[in-house]
Amino acid sequence: MVEKIRVRATLNGEPVDFLVAPYVSLLDTLRDELGLTGTKEGCNDGNCGACTVNLDGRIVDSCCVLGAEIDGSAVETIEGMAEPGKLHPLQQAFLEEAALQCGICTPGFLISAKALLDKEPHPSEDRIRFWLAGNLCRCTGYDKIVKAVQKAAESA
Amino acid sequence: MHPFEYVRAKSVDEAIAVLAKHGERARPLAGGTDALVMARAGRWELDALVDIKHIPETNVLELGSSEFRLGSAVACYRVYEDEQVAAKFPGLVDSASIIGGIQIQSRAGLGGNLCNASPSGDGIGSLIVHTATCVIAGPNGTREVPAEDFCTGPGRSVLKDGEFLVEMKMPMPQKGFGAAYERFTPRNEMDIAVAGVASSVQLDGDTIVSARVALAAVGPTPILSSAGDFLAGKEATAENISAAAQAASGDASPISDMRGTAEQRIHLVGVLTRRTLERAVERARESN
Repeated sequence: MVEKIRVRATLNGEPVDFLVAPYVSLLDTLRDELGLTGTKEGCNDGNCGACTVNLDGRIVDSCCVLGAEIDGSAVETIEGMAEPGKLHPLQQAFLEEAALQCGICTPGFLISAKALLDKEPHPSEDRIRFWLAGNLCRCTGYDKIVKAVQKAAESA
Repeated sequence: MHPFEYVRAKSVDEAIAVLAKHGERARPLAGGTDALVMARAGRWELDALVDIKHIPETNVLELGSSEFRLGSAVACYRVYEDEQVAAKFPGLVDSASIIGGIQIQSRAGLGGNLCNASPSGDGIGSLIVHTATCVIAGPNGTREVPAEDFCTGPGRSVLKDGEFLVEMKMPMPQKGFGAAYERFTPRNEMDIAVAGVASSVQLDGDTIVSARVALAAVGPTPILSSAGDFLAGKEATAENISAAAQAASGDASPISDMRGTAEQRIHLVGVLTRRTLERAVERARESN
């Protein structure tokens, strides 16, 4: 029996202090320990990007990070993206452009796209496609997603 | 998944102590993009993962007067986002910018790519053609191994129980040095190389003083090809580069699998050797 580890971090701007078993991924930590189920599990091996979160300003696959590794770090998930009563421009653009169908990949795409637009407000289509290569969608075929990101960039 | 401990090591000695205590049931953790997948898939049964990325030595990214030091836990993005490093080492940037997607590059580094010892590792050939030396720490002290001798088989390396890779050192590029890496994949990104080639040249005018060519995904380990030695002392002409590409194809010993046939891979090695040598020569001429 391995002992749980105490982790203190910042989650969507709020301090969190919790115990987690050392072998549990950040993805499972968010969903099962912290009750934030907006982050989705797709492949669970670092290929699909459904579990993308922002860790200390950079996007990561949360299935490839341990919950214990975030001690002292700041994590942002999809739950922290909209302001109360007001969607983030990317979320609004995804709705307007119908850039989702089943929705499993959507939180990951939004977190990834937000990191890109925060860094580069007006990326080219090629740049958007390259940046989002680590996010897979099996429904929409990507064009609508890319268009939504472009629309959000234009509205900013 | 077998429950394992997580140990955040603060020093090289602390990491060695935990790794040595558990032997093959402990592994170092850097980016985690291979280690956590292996543990979850049951390929490794672990008692402990030792997080080495909070050790100062594994985070070093330092351009010295004669030597470049690249810590084993330095993530890919740090290589291409550091303007000075990117300017001096475009060949390493070629590799660092295509290992996985942006999410993977936030965590994974060239050190882990080497330790994972995949024959198709996109970073290993680039380390080899930059004449990297791997600094390995273990219970019996520190030892150094040339990058081309690090991998011993698919997923296997010279690392012994209790040892881990601390950093890689390579000579600072001098005027007339250039390097490049290119792989062939059916997709543009997020894919595993069907074949890959890294090349480097040291020019004196139009003469190739020395060259290195390393091949990926065409043998059980990355291969240091004879094409580099073939080019030493020759002019950097299209004819000589073509002959070197042929020599590189001859050094490939690929298998046929779902990604490509042996015949296709041998052909690709020739094409990629020519392209990467041409780009390396171009970069060498632009260098200062």
